[in-house]
Amino acid sequence: MVKTLPRKDVAIVGLGWTGSILAYELTGAGLDVVAIERGEWRDTATDFPPAWAPDELRYGVRLDLFQRPAQGTVTLRNNMSQTALPVRQFVSFLPGNGVGGAGVHWNGMTYRFLPTDFKLRSHVTQRYGAKAIPDDMTIQDWGVTYEEMEPYYDKFEKLAGISGKAGNLNGQIQPGGNPFEGARSSEYPTRPTTPTYGPSLFAKAAESLGYHPFHVPSGNLSESYTNPLGVTMGQCSYCGFCERFGCGNYSKSSPQTCVLPALMLRKTFEARTKCNVTRINLDNTGKKATGVTYVDAKGEEVYQPADMVLVCNFSFNAVHLLMVSGIGTMYDPTTGKGTVGRNYAYQCDSGVALQLPEGTHLNKFIAGGAIGMVIDDFNGDNFDHTGLGFIGGGNMGATVTGGRPIQQLSMMPGQPSWGAGWKKAAKESYQTVYGLGAQGSSYSYKDCYLDLDPTYKDPYGSPLLRMTFDWKQNELKMSAYITAKLEQIAKAMGAVSTHAAPRKGNYTVTVYQSTHNTGGAVMGDDPSTSVVNKYGQSWDVPNVFVFGAALFPQNHGYNPTGTVGAQAYLGADGIVNQYIKSPGALLHI
Amino acid sequence: MNQSVIARRRFLLASVSLMAAVPTIGCAQAYSGALPWSANANGSPKPVDPAGWTYFTPEEVAVIDALVDRLIPADDLSPGGKDVGITVYIDRQLSGPFGNDSWFYMSPPFQEGYPGQGVQSPVTPAQRYRKSIAALETYCHGAYAGKGFAQIPPDEQDRLIGQMETGTLQLGKLSSKAFFQMLWQNTKEGFFADPVYGGNKDMAGWRMIGFPGARYDYRDWVTKYNQPYPLPPIGIKTHPDWS
Repeated sequence: MVKTLPRKDVAIVGLGWTGSILAYELTGAGLDVVAIERGEWRDTATDFPPAWAPDELRYGVRLDLFQRPAQGTVTLRNNMSQTALPVRQFVSFLPGNGVGGAGVHWNGMTYRFLPTDFKLRSHVTQRYGAKAIPDDMTIQDWGVTYEEMEPYYDKFEKLAGISGKAGNLNGQIQPGGNPFEGARSSEYPTRPTTPTYGPSLFAKAAESLGYHPFHVPSGNLSESYTNPLGVTMGQCSYCGFCERFGCGNYSKSSPQTCVLPALMLRKTFEARTKCNVTRINLDNTGKKATGVTYVDAKGEEVYQPADMVLVCNFSFNAVHLLMVSGIGTMYDPTTGKGTVGRNYAYQCDSGVALQLPEGTHLNKFIAGGAIGMVIDDFNGDNFDHTGLGFIGGGNMGATVTGGRPIQQLSMMPGQPSWGAGWKKAAKESYQTVYGLGAQGSSYSYKDCYLDLDPTYKDPYGSPLLRMTFDWKQNELKMSAYITAKLEQIAKAMGAVSTHAAPRKGNYTVTVYQSTHNTGGAVMGDDPSTSVVNKYGQSWDVPNVFVFGAALFPQNHGYNPTGTVGAQAYLGADGIVNQYIKSPGALLHI
Repeated sequence: MNQSVIARRRFLLASVSLMAAVPTIGCAQAYSGALPWSANANGSPKPVDPAGWTYFTPEEVAVIDALVDRLIPADDLSPGGKDVGITVYIDRQLSGPFGNDSWFYMSPPFQEGYPGQGVQSPVTPAQRYRKSIAALETYCHGAYAGKGFAQIPPDEQDRLIGQMETGTLQLGKLSSKAFFQMLWQNTKEGFFADPVYGGNKDMAGWRMIGFPGARYDYRDWVTKYNQPYPLPPIGIKTHPDWS
């Protein structure tokens, strides 16, 4: 017997960055909003105070703040001829769980995508010709331009207090900033962070080679800041426990530190935790959502009627919810028809290890998740790809996030792997071995997609999401090229030895790479190649909106959160200023 | 009664009334109208009591003691693995959620995939330790005239560990390489995790490499580039001043 609750104007699935932003904007417009969250309530003082936040085993290794695979996972195969098997332990990517979602445990790197990223297919075709795009590559334009996104990027950066230095202010290139970025309407809300030793060496070396180092736009704040919602954050203490951890200092931007203190005061908002939404209910036309059904912690099924449903959970969980609810047409990789599950992409990361001279004191434990120096000289189409045999690129630089000894004790290859020799090498390496990273783009392909697994099920009886994904020649060539450039910078840092590790071989889930899983519910201006319009509104069921990185038509060479936050504000604008007045499709084809 | 105690009581009363205003719907919590929080309420770690064993038998303890003493041998850099509490650490982990894989997706069918699909074994860490230790003892008894792993010379112990690392030692049906990888990962955890978990006694692992532990604020040292950090490590509950 399903229990039915009183109607709400809006039901939000998942209370992370996008859920909290949408809830704030829509309650501000007078709507009655409930956010339904699978995990527990979380806040700084209760859950991760400085007294025990710096616990590498609990949070870094055992992953206390993350989705547990027992709650639901995905299956993986590299290609359509293989049998997908469940990802039984999360290693390659780590979806968030609980109030705040991935916004609790992220590093805080808050980039804007490049203007050319938003019109990728048109731009590449125009500059290099259609033949530069491989036949099976399904990249496309976003259906929104950088210029349209700019005010919303600005709004998200001000919400989150991002620390940085503008490189392009209203078209004027600024010294010390990223000269490749799109024009910004204003400076970052807080000054850039102070680089630690490793990033300072990288910046000097990159500059000596003619590149353009700049501060990572950081959600670890350089100074205290009060955001437009009236919420105050503190200065980052460089504790070295950032990604995978909650911040005990109120200095990492998150729903907890930027939105919830203001949102929770709104009487028309309710957060309901430990409730797992299992489907979006549709009326008998299949064109209108009537609410959501969830299972609470006791296992009871509850129906929450609502006039609008906002899908704000992690990217592949959002795609899963659309699939099991029958919203949109499932993508078929053999015909290329259908859209839900299409264009799943990831992040093609690589790195360079370098050994500095004996006696160096890197003090890598003095660190923040987004405190570093990077270059964009080899990102996107910032460099000429003529004759290179690939398109795309990546942001790269010095972004070591801590010196935590279980997971961040890096050594050069060839050292003893255990015993007395390992101990000696560990001691010597701890202060002298550094790592540079490249965050490469991951473009979309006809046969890299999401659908439902035929065998494995989640605890609620729904099929697990099946991921079919592998690296393609374009990405592997890109990685080899940019990682070689990165190694040259490592050598210019005074390294006595370097070891480059470009991405190679098949995609595997056994090594941590990135939690930048994108696509599957992509946005666009054509319903035959996108699931939602630029506002996140479903083409098929116009009172369902989807937010988050599932909307990315392909992934670019940056962390996604800045763009996720900006698009959430764009969607909120569409809902508040158009949809509420006249419910229905915001864009007509 | 000083002001801070009064303030604290006022706060507690306020938080009690706030909590009472939180309705429940089914087993779910519903929060509205205020920011619910209760300082330090959720999950302060309880330090491991090093006495006794929660999972290992005394025979298993002897084998793990010997293994971790070769993986992390005593020398001028640190005491050995046994003395820094790594066996205690592993024992407590195996009797907790890690030991029975309860956070992982353990639904059948279990099938061998290709390596990139990750671990596909129904064998839990606790079972893997138990079975692998028993197989190692059986092997040693046969190869070393009835002696167990703990009784054979250190260079023989190292040789067997090397064979486990490459997977060339046959340990029953389970992969000796998979056991080595788990054991070495857990050994590093026991050497470097916060001392509340039973290992890293006196922060010996942290002292060896110069990790300051849970200091949490390095603002005064950010721009002191390339200079040794001057302060000793502290743990979550192991600052010398707190005992």
